[in-house]
Amino acid sequence: MMNYFLTDEQQMIRDVAREIAEKVIAPVSAEHEETEEFAWEVMEACAQADLFRVSIPEAYGGMVPPGQVGIFNQCLVVEELSRVDAAIAVSYAASALGFFPIVLFGSEEQKRKYLPALADGKVLAAFALTEANAGSDAGGIRTRAVRDGNHYVLNGTKQWITNGGEAEVYTVIALTDPARGSRGASAFIVEKGTPGFSFGKKEKKMGIRASATRELIFDNCRVPVGNLLGREGLGFVVAMKTLDRTRPGIGAQAVGIAQGALDDAVNYARKRVQFGKPIITQQAVQHILADMAIQTEAARAFVYAVARSIDAGVEDFSKESAMVKTFASDVAMRVTTDAVQIFGGYGYMREYPVEKRMRDAKITQIYEGTNQIQRNIIGLALAKEYAAKK
Amino acid sequence: MPVDIDKEKCIGCGACVYSCPFGALELLSEKAEVKEACNLCGACTSSCPVEAITVPREERAPESAEPGQAAAAAASGARDLWVFAEQRDGRVAEVVFELLGEGRKLADKLGQKLVAVLLGSGTGDAVAELSARGADRIHVFDDPRLARFADDLYTSALVDLIKRERPAAVLYGATAIGRTLAPRVAARLRTGLTADCTGLDIDPETKNLLQTRPAFGGNIMATIICPDHRPQMATVRPNILEKATPVPGRQAEVIRHQVPEGVDLLSRILEVVETPGEEINIAEADVVVSGGRGMGDPKHFAMLEELAHLLGGAVGASRAAVDAGWYPYSHQVGQTGKTVAPKVYLACGISGAVQHLIGVQAEIVVAINRDANAPIFEVATYGIVGNVHDVVPALIAEIKRRRG
Amino acid sequence: MNVIVCVKQVPDTTEVKINPETNTLMREGVQSIVNPFDLYAIEEGVRLKEKHGGTVKALSMGPPQAKEALVEAVSLGVDDAFLLSDRAFAGADTLATSYTLAQGIRRLAPFDLILCGRQAIDGDTGQVGPGIAEQLGLAHVSLVRKIREVHPDRLVVERMTDDGFEVLECRLPAVLTVVKEINEPRVPSIRGKLRAKSYQVTVWTAADLVAESERLGLKGSPTQVVRIFTPKRRGRGELLEGKPEEQAAALFDRLREAGVV
Repeated sequence: MMNYFLTDEQQMIRDVAREIAEKVIAPVSAEHEETEEFAWEVMEACAQADLFRVSIPEAYGGMVPPGQVGIFNQCLVVEELSRVDAAIAVSYAASALGFFPIVLFGSEEQKRKYLPALADGKVLAAFALTEANAGSDAGGIRTRAVRDGNHYVLNGTKQWITNGGEAEVYTVIALTDPARGSRGASAFIVEKGTPGFSFGKKEKKMGIRASATRELIFDNCRVPVGNLLGREGLGFVVAMKTLDRTRPGIGAQAVGIAQGALDDAVNYARKRVQFGKPIITQQAVQHILADMAIQTEAARAFVYAVARSIDAGVEDFSKESAMVKTFASDVAMRVTTDAVQIFGGYGYMREYPVEKRMRDAKITQIYEGTNQIQRNIIGLALAKEYAAKK
Repeated sequence: MPVDIDKEKCIGCGACVYSCPFGALELLSEKAEVKEACNLCGACTSSCPVEAITVPREERAPESAEPGQAAAAAASGARDLWVFAEQRDGRVAEVVFELLGEGRKLADKLGQKLVAVLLGSGTGDAVAELSARGADRIHVFDDPRLARFADDLYTSALVDLIKRERPAAVLYGATAIGRTLAPRVAARLRTGLTADCTGLDIDPETKNLLQTRPAFGGNIMATIICPDHRPQMATVRPNILEKATPVPGRQAEVIRHQVPEGVDLLSRILEVVETPGEEINIAEADVVVSGGRGMGDPKHFAMLEELAHLLGGAVGASRAAVDAGWYPYSHQVGQTGKTVAPKVYLACGISGAVQHLIGVQAEIVVAINRDANAPIFEVATYGIVGNVHDVVPALIAEIKRRRG
Repeated sequence: MNVIVCVKQVPDTTEVKINPETNTLMREGVQSIVNPFDLYAIEEGVRLKEKHGGTVKALSMGPPQAKEALVEAVSLGVDDAFLLSDRAFAGADTLATSYTLAQGIRRLAPFDLILCGRQAIDGDTGQVGPGIAEQLGLAHVSLVRKIREVHPDRLVVERMTDDGFEVLECRLPAVLTVVKEINEPRVPSIRGKLRAKSYQVTVWTAADLVAESERLGLKGSPTQVVRIFTPKRRGRGELLEGKPEEQAAALFDRLREAGVV
């Protein structure tokens, strides 16, 4: 890995995350993959090691100084955890996706109520936008929130919510004014255990199996008005601003997956003997490995650059955030596919972790906006940028 | 005060630099230099081809005075070789027979008596057993309070007796009890204690007890003496020395003692829980006996269990065996199972696929397999080409026979 | 509950290899680490503090670089760390080591509990814990796998035995040596590491302790190493031939030589 001139604190964050990955996650990874059970023991270790603090402001029990954001910190942790197990890493990362709306749009009271416990890692958060008929087209959501005195009454079903059922705190996007379309959406903090709020069954997935993915079902669920984030009508702004900040994290997850696959492939190629010598001595193999390494390092450099520029306070970064998510996730898919190829028949067997990495990589091209939607964002941004130049 | 290097003799070969376990030596202008980290372990002295390095022994205190009375009595007055006859539930621990076996040889070399010290309750059978196994004299404390090991009482009784009788040496089994009791006794007597010895001998000239033990995870062996203090004390690793052969009816002199009065009891046992079925975690076991597809049938794992039990180890299994439902997943060794780091790994009927070997970090790998071309033989320290169904039972029989 | 944890810095013996040509230890790249067994003692001390309040201090004896081990203890949640370091301590065997540590512990009074790992991986003696208890005249329980109850004047603990465990009550202050079954040591936290980074370990020399000089270091050590040698090693891949009985006998001999059976 290149020297990225991390500060002492960043280096420390990376070291701690790596230690958690190697000492706590690695021994249980295969078992969780098999049982698909949520890795609570790992979340507890992450909490104890302060990993949930890295992207929460100091004032609320986190480590981010006033005026900063902590996206790079978050990326360092997600990368290290994903290098060992992307499924367990996503449980960690999805909590940040759930609490970023509170960090960004929460009132002082909301922040004080929710962020300290999230920073301690005592509870997890989750973010709920997607519905059965509203995937890429987020404007198609149907979940309603109707004001009734001091409450909003939520009705509807969210689909494929990461950390669903496991998290205590949910940021939920629902329509308060369906007539206004996407401007009629609002964001709410909903606590697990609120009457009328229940969960569907756990989904069986191609990859990231140890992560929990469930439906959130709202049936006349009464949420106090004090749990509205920002104001009515800001729902999609909350969602978009949050996703702009978390997409580099998907990039970091993809880099971690790719790096893990590269590590596996090189180590295997050094040991595997065919035609009387280790296959790494074959130029055909070396070239595949070289391409894997080039792409992985390029993706990492890109992720770090975007994360650092967000932390440094650039104003508009939707395009870069979309670019880095797209680039890194495509890299992860290619690199893991090549890693399976290096392993040959062994790579196709579930006994080896490389096919798992390939299955895990696939989701990074899909969630938090498919790569096609990202390209739309990028294309639109380009069109606007060049129009403005005229 | 580090080791002493004679700069005249030193030829700057650097052998000592490599031998130092603490990294305390370096070569400066072609001579060895000692750094702060020197722990005076002496590893360098034997590595030096020109005998330029010495450990400064002359600064050693003469003989310590009060309250190390027994210790102060130097080699002159002290005599006899003692064995702490550890018992549990009235049965003498097996290691005691090993200590008596080796102790007999040592006592004969010294021309002194072999003495056993027994603390327990209802000790009749144990006394007879110790007599038969060669003790010349047995000191017995028989008291209900001594039925189980109790730190304070055992330490006080033993220290009192040692002060009175002044043995030349006391040997203990390096068991949970021996390794707890011996350091307390040694500290109270202010004498030396060598832990976990694997070899004992008598220096023909000085009559000192030569105590040899592994160090640095078994990478080096050290021979240790305790020249100026008595008794010399050592705990000895079980299952290494040959047991004394019993001579039925042999009679030893038996001397009975009372537990000293007024011992302050700082701890007491509330409850004893025996968990014989509790299995050893394979990841932490010193010996792992693993079975693979070559075992042929789940029922054959019974002999692996017996072998593991005899060796104080645990049973592992290859993925093939686990997938076939022959053994539980918690015992699986390899890529998708556990990594084991035992001293010895016995692979029975395991071909040795890469994914299995990834989980094996053993000091010694023993392979038993019918197929002489199985890859397991390429990594095996000791290979046996043969049918596991013949070799494993033969090994079980051999262990039982040799242990008596 | 004020706890003192005794910590030793050791070479990572799992990394130590023997050069087969010269038959000497190859130290290159071998790191100094906190004795792995002591990590369980540190963890237990920190958990007691988290649950019952009080302080956890770490104490070590060794050369100045042993501060690194103590700094690691701080990153794991220890409040304060002390190093006994003096040339006069060099060459100490287990008796002199337990005496020196006991004198250091006296300076750290008042305390309720002293925790030690079951043994150090370089020496593997397990003698210093009980030795300290004896020097201080305290209760000692070895091989503790669980602290069941904590009372102001006593503990109830489980001690591993060869065929199960015993439940014991012991008076405080006491010395416990703990086994790895007792807990799962944590990974150092980011905040712990940040604190450790700027933490200054207190270093005490012989002059800082009330100690009889003839009981320190080499002078206070009854035992002497007279010879160090490398055990005989066989090349890999020795095939044991013959009938099953002969193969079994040959294997038994090899394993016995290795100290396994």
